[in-house]
Amino acid sequence: MSVSVISQDTPWPEIPALMLPALGETALMVVIVMLFVVTFGGIVGVVLFNTSACGLFPHRGINRVLSWIVNMGRSLPFLVLMAAIIPFTFWLTGTTIGIPAAVVPMIAAGIPFFGRLVDNALRELPGEVTAVGLVCGGSRWQIIRSAQLSEALPAIVAAVTLNLISMIEYSAIAGTIGAGGIGYLAVVYGYQRFDNHIMIATIVVLIALIQTVQFLGDRLVTALRHPQGTSL
Amino acid sequence: MIEIDQLSKHYRAPDGRITEVLKSISLQVPQANITAVVGPSGAGKSTLAKCISLLEQPSAGSIRVNGSDLSRLDGEALRQARRSIGTVFQSSALLQRKTAWENIALPLHYLGVVDRDIAARVGELLDSVGLSHKAKAYPGQLSGGQRQRIGIARALALRPSVLLADEATSGLDPEATVTVLDLLKKLRDDYKLAIVLITHEMDAVRQAADAVAEIRDGQIVQYGVVKALLAQPDSLLGQRLFPLAAQASDAELLLQLSYRTDVPVASDWISRLSQQFGLRIDLLGAHVEQVNGLQAGRLQVGIHFQHERVPLARLLSQLEQLGLVASVAGSVLPLREAV
Repeated sequence: MSVSVISQDTPWPEIPALMLPALGETALMVVIVMLFVVTFGGIVGVVLFNTSACGLFPHRGINRVLSWIVNMGRSLPFLVLMAAIIPFTFWLTGTTIGIPAAVVPMIAAGIPFFGRLVDNALRELPGEVTAVGLVCGGSRWQIIRSAQLSEALPAIVAAVTLNLISMIEYSAIAGTIGAGGIGYLAVVYGYQRFDNHIMIATIVVLIALIQTVQFLGDRLVTALRHPQGTSL
Repeated sequence: MIEIDQLSKHYRAPDGRITEVLKSISLQVPQANITAVVGPSGAGKSTLAKCISLLEQPSAGSIRVNGSDLSRLDGEALRQARRSIGTVFQSSALLQRKTAWENIALPLHYLGVVDRDIAARVGELLDSVGLSHKAKAYPGQLSGGQRQRIGIARALALRPSVLLADEATSGLDPEATVTVLDLLKKLRDDYKLAIVLITHEMDAVRQAADAVAEIRDGQIVQYGVVKALLAQPDSLLGQRLFPLAAQASDAELLLQLSYRTDVPVASDWISRLSQQFGLRIDLLGAHVEQVNGLQAGRLQVGIHFQHERVPLARLLSQLEQLGLVASVAGSVLPLREAV
């Protein structure tokens, strides 16, 4: 007995009507997630760096525990993490499907990733940056803000770009739990209904989106690295 | 002034072993004075610099600035204390994303000085280091010497009484080195600063220091006032300051000469001495230069008696009158000294 697959491709002219709202949902998810990730991941990165031996308030215990938590958060593939924290997500949002349910695991995956990137960005700085802040009589917060973060800004922007791309990717994976957005479109139409047009359109949009984010991120990093001006 | 008294620093390795990096260092730098601390790599200069700039707490001993012990402070008191010592780092350590103006303003911002006063003070400092026209330049647009001058201006922003220059001229070209050292001397005189110049370059010591301490294996092994060392160029530190490599010679008499600091040396002393006693004088080696406005020199000469042998006492006495202190070299082998 042969199985025939009946493909019902959405006509091309109708694709923008499906794609644009999906893009909007993806953007909404990613923006919400990035707000949390940059804020809390940034804090994690700053604490990780400054509790290390070359930081402002070295504390081996805190550093090791935080580092272990960050590594644990980064060791789980997103799909596994998403499934593993379903009880927590349900407790927090009252649902296990849709955008709210997708945002929670995305934040949980993004914070340790961004935290480690910020930690690395701060480690790349010359040791004198913190020393300058100290000999100038700065408080911890003043040194973190106006010396460490300010000097590491290009690397942090590069980290944001990288994280943003990961979050767009995660938002697509989150489509499997009905999170909406481009991923949902690809899963429901492209995968379950064998809609090749939607699948192609999704791939094209995702590639264009990632390329645009990377291009803009790179330009911003270059501009920040050479504040005196450069031929962009 | 800064007084370092019996300063020790040790580190404990994870296996419990203790490494002593500084061993009972004592050093005083009065106001309006540049004291150089020299020594080879690994001698403990960097650790001493970190202790002086209060980035490291000493294991024992004290660091007093104008009488106050700053070595046992923490929290807000430590922050305040750090402001009384200006620190200039090796690579100037300017923040790359801030302009020269913003770099100099950093300590003033930290202190909470109002913008109008910051503008006035930064303008004054830029003027004093001769870089008013570079206020808006980023470190990447400045030369090494200019970056170091901006670093010095930043260190002076809070009017410290002590300035620590940690390898401030390392890596600079000779011209920039002279500019930076001249600036340090000007600041010493204008603001009566006590300046600790940590360096491995004897040239910097000769050009700028009033006193010099040599550190080896975490201890100060020699100390001398540069003017006094001019009069004793054959002392160990004097030899480091005025290294002299002399050629071998078959002369009948080998003399080590040094310039007197109390009378000027006659410029024609060689011809006068030759004519007076009928000598042939071979100049085998010489190190002559201006140090703190004084002519300093070490020489080695070989003497051939053309006619009769002149009594040594008479020769030395005549040399002294010409402005040179002489001693008979113990060996005809060339002197070799390393810095």
